[in-house]
Amino acid sequence: MKGTSTVADGTPPAPPSPAPVSSRGRAGGRPASRRIREWFTAVAFTVPALVLFGLLVLAPIMYAAYVSFFDWGGFGSPEDFTGTGNYSRLLDDPVFLGDLWRGLLLVLFSVALQLPFALAMAVLLTQKLRGRAIYRMLFFAPYVLSEVITGVLFGMIFAPDVGLADKSFGAVGLDGLGGLWLADQDSVLATLFLVMTWKYFGFHMMLYLAGLQNIPAELHEAARIDGAGSWQRFRHITLPLLGPTVRISVFLSVIGAIQLFDLVWVTTAGGPDHASETMAVTLFQYGFKRFEVGYASALSIALFLISLVFALAYQRFVMRRDTEGALTNMRANR
Amino acid sequence: MTAAGGATAAQDLARARAVRRRRIRSVPLYVIVLVVGALMVTPLLYALISGFKSTDQLSTNTFGLPSPWVWENYGDILGSSGFWRSFGSSVVIALGTTVLTVGAAALAAFALARFAFRGREVLFTLFAVGLMFPFAAAIVPLFVMLRTMGLLDNPWGVILPQAAFGLPVTIVILRGFFRAIPGDLEEAATLDGCGPLGFFWRILLPMARPVLGTVSVLAVVGSWNNFLLPLLVFSDQTWWTIPLGIQQYQGERSADTARIFAYLVLAMAPALAFYAVAERQLIGGITLGATKG
Repeated sequence: MKGTSTVADGTPPAPPSPAPVSSRGRAGGRPASRRIREWFTAVAFTVPALVLFGLLVLAPIMYAAYVSFFDWGGFGSPEDFTGTGNYSRLLDDPVFLGDLWRGLLLVLFSVALQLPFALAMAVLLTQKLRGRAIYRMLFFAPYVLSEVITGVLFGMIFAPDVGLADKSFGAVGLDGLGGLWLADQDSVLATLFLVMTWKYFGFHMMLYLAGLQNIPAELHEAARIDGAGSWQRFRHITLPLLGPTVRISVFLSVIGAIQLFDLVWVTTAGGPDHASETMAVTLFQYGFKRFEVGYASALSIALFLISLVFALAYQRFVMRRDTEGALTNMRANR
Repeated sequence: MTAAGGATAAQDLARARAVRRRRIRSVPLYVIVLVVGALMVTPLLYALISGFKSTDQLSTNTFGLPSPWVWENYGDILGSSGFWRSFGSSVVIALGTTVLTVGAAALAAFALARFAFRGREVLFTLFAVGLMFPFAAAIVPLFVMLRTMGLLDNPWGVILPQAAFGLPVTIVILRGFFRAIPGDLEEAATLDGCGPLGFFWRILLPMARPVLGTVSVLAVVGSWNNFLLPLLVFSDQTWWTIPLGIQQYQGERSADTARIFAYLVLAMAPALAFYAVAERQLIGGITLGATKG
């Protein structure tokens, strides 16, 4: 996380002088009493945020860590200490291991299909096309809809036989392409992935569009004069310079897949027979349906650690070279 | 003279040919964009039109326009108190979350950006790491804590945790903005007798209005679409937000598909309207949020 403080630059072009810029920041020989008073002033400003964050973000996670060592139904105080019992159970739980596998599949789908598609659309919408502003707006629009709306809508569209999808295939004589979609163990994950792509590719496309705007047009111009074709320009100019944006988009895609809940819960609740279950769904089932709060807490900690370890490792090994890159600092477009 | 005229004529011809070539080459692009656009818009249009059909028509006349047009689906929902109550709850909770998130984050970001004090970097790192805390991981203990504090079936039970989880991204974005404001300005304000709070309130915040708009829009959208937390906190329907209302409505009327479509469309409308109004802030916000993350 060391990188974070250096990444954070302002919306307006930041002056080279690093913070602190405060006049209070550079006093050398000020009296101790004043320094203490200033410390209290500064800390006082952070108190509301600290209380909220400490009480409702940090405390629950620490509490989960504590409870995860108990066999606990959620009422009274946890007393039935089981040591690491919940964690060893986790490693033997086929549903949890399946969650990991399905999460990995969703990530692979996203990185291999959804993101390249989003990038292609972004590049396409930088061309001179009539109505491209409308297309941009349309492609991004599903992102603002809740996953619940999206899930219920596509639940009805993919309803076997009566939904729009099966009716459409039937209407053009391709009944064979129709199917059970979300109701079939073999197709549920692919169908969910289609829905996720509908909802989220526009988000990644917007990130890429912002990144593309920061690539100087002169580079393309110079390459064209040197005789580079459009594929060569994409391969040797656009793609490398878009690297930081792509890495961020992959990161967000993975974090999103790890935490997926709403969409799955309203469409399939993890079924049929766990075929679409994610970690968050499993955790919800144990915590709020079966009241195995101790075990659900162990799942929470696993989810937490997986996110954190992935995030730190990714920042350390994949995004490290971006923290100094000039093109990372893309600003809000327009 | 003639030579110059000939040159321009030739140039014109070449240019016209280039334009035509570009036009022909852009045909496949148009086709791709049109197909993708159709795939994106079809589910939305289908829901809109299906809301005007009866459920019988949905199966007998899937693709055509409604005949006759059924207005009751939309009319009944708009005339019901349940829909408006969940709309109101969603508004109140989104506003409460936004005010609290942005208020607390602005104060903290101010201190983290413009004071040099012991522990500043540790504090900032703490908040920044919070960006990666998955909400789902906290939900079980959070529920137990909210129950202990008596915040179940209480809007604060949703507002406070949402605000807390919204802090990291808001602080990171605001701190970046506050740091970029020149120190001379603060010195001038101090010479004019402005204390830190006066500088923050009278100079910094007004200057930060655009970025405050951006982070507010992010907070509103996050709160509006949240499902997991309200699902657990509100067992009584008094405070049900729109996502909960949809799920409930679908459960109650699973046989009446056309009506569920109408409900969905009405539930989408506020979000899409908000997007139309705040498009710039939203897109600016996600790009900023992503790059700072």
